[in-house]
Amino acid sequence: MTSAGSGLTLPQTCALSLLVFTGASQFALVGALAAGGNPLTAAAGAFFLGVRNAFYGLRLSQLLALPRAVRPFAAQWVIDETTVVALAQPTRRSARIGFAITGLTLYVLWNLTTLLGGLGAEAIGDTDAWGLDAAGPAVFLALLAPMLTSGVERAVAGLAVVLGLGLLPVLPAGVPVLVAALAAPAVLCAQGRRGARNGKSDGKGADR
Amino acid sequence: MNVWIAIGVTALGCYVVKLVGLLVPAGVLERPLVRRLAALLPVALLAALTAQQAFADGRVLVLDAKAAGLAAAAVALVLRAPFLVVVAAAVAVTAGVRAMTG
Repeated sequence: MTSAGSGLTLPQTCALSLLVFTGASQFALVGALAAGGNPLTAAAGAFFLGVRNAFYGLRLSQLLALPRAVRPFAAQWVIDETTVVALAQPTRRSARIGFAITGLTLYVLWNLTTLLGGLGAEAIGDTDAWGLDAAGPAVFLALLAPMLTSGVERAVAGLAVVLGLGLLPVLPAGVPVLVAALAAPAVLCAQGRRGARNGKSDGKGADR
Repeated sequence: MNVWIAIGVTALGCYVVKLVGLLVPAGVLERPLVRRLAALLPVALLAALTAQQAFADGRVLVLDAKAAGLAAAAVALVLRAPFLVVVAAAVAVTAGVRAMTG
């Protein structure tokens, strides 16, 4: 796709999708390389963007309760989309099915479109003119909305948006999202303190 | 050659990070605070990613047709529209605004 237009060969582009399989990191790596960046600096930026997958894995491992032997294989599919689909399921069984189906479908489609995109990059034309670049945030918003069940979640989301956007111009790519993740412990901490002040003397109001 | 090194480092790093999250012992996750935190982290990350994809171009903040598209998606969500309708609304409004503003 975009990487074909920025100096990477077709095998390199396909290897990225097969091996990295984290869209944001791939775009970051390609962008940094295209801008003439040092390969290791580019890899570091892509790596920081991928760090959030560890937090997803943290949540998924308790949800899916996968056997230890399966985990190294499941790990490659721990990304934004599979996590969100798995989290949206009511039971462990459906969560596992959701994770597997989403993972497999995306993996196949992602690599297929990469190959097709690399082969016919010029033929596709300007996707922005069709508003397709708005699909990404819309998907994320649709996935995020059901999670905002209480004031705590809304506070976390609001703080994360402010941090993610506010720090974007000043920090290297990928880092603002990680800093925005700190909204979760920050809100929990504030909530715990408020709980403690409101009479409960155990001092850990967030532990519920 | 350098490009291949970058690809290799990125692939390995991204995979290890994914695996680490899955391999953290279950005992750690039994603690209520960790459980609460693990539930809130995806909320924070998704919110930040949504905002960045909608209001940023690279490292520059922008307010363009995508914002209108996202607003349309939000309205569709409030109206409890199906997932595909939400995404379609965002795409259609974004394309419409772009066509009108040139």
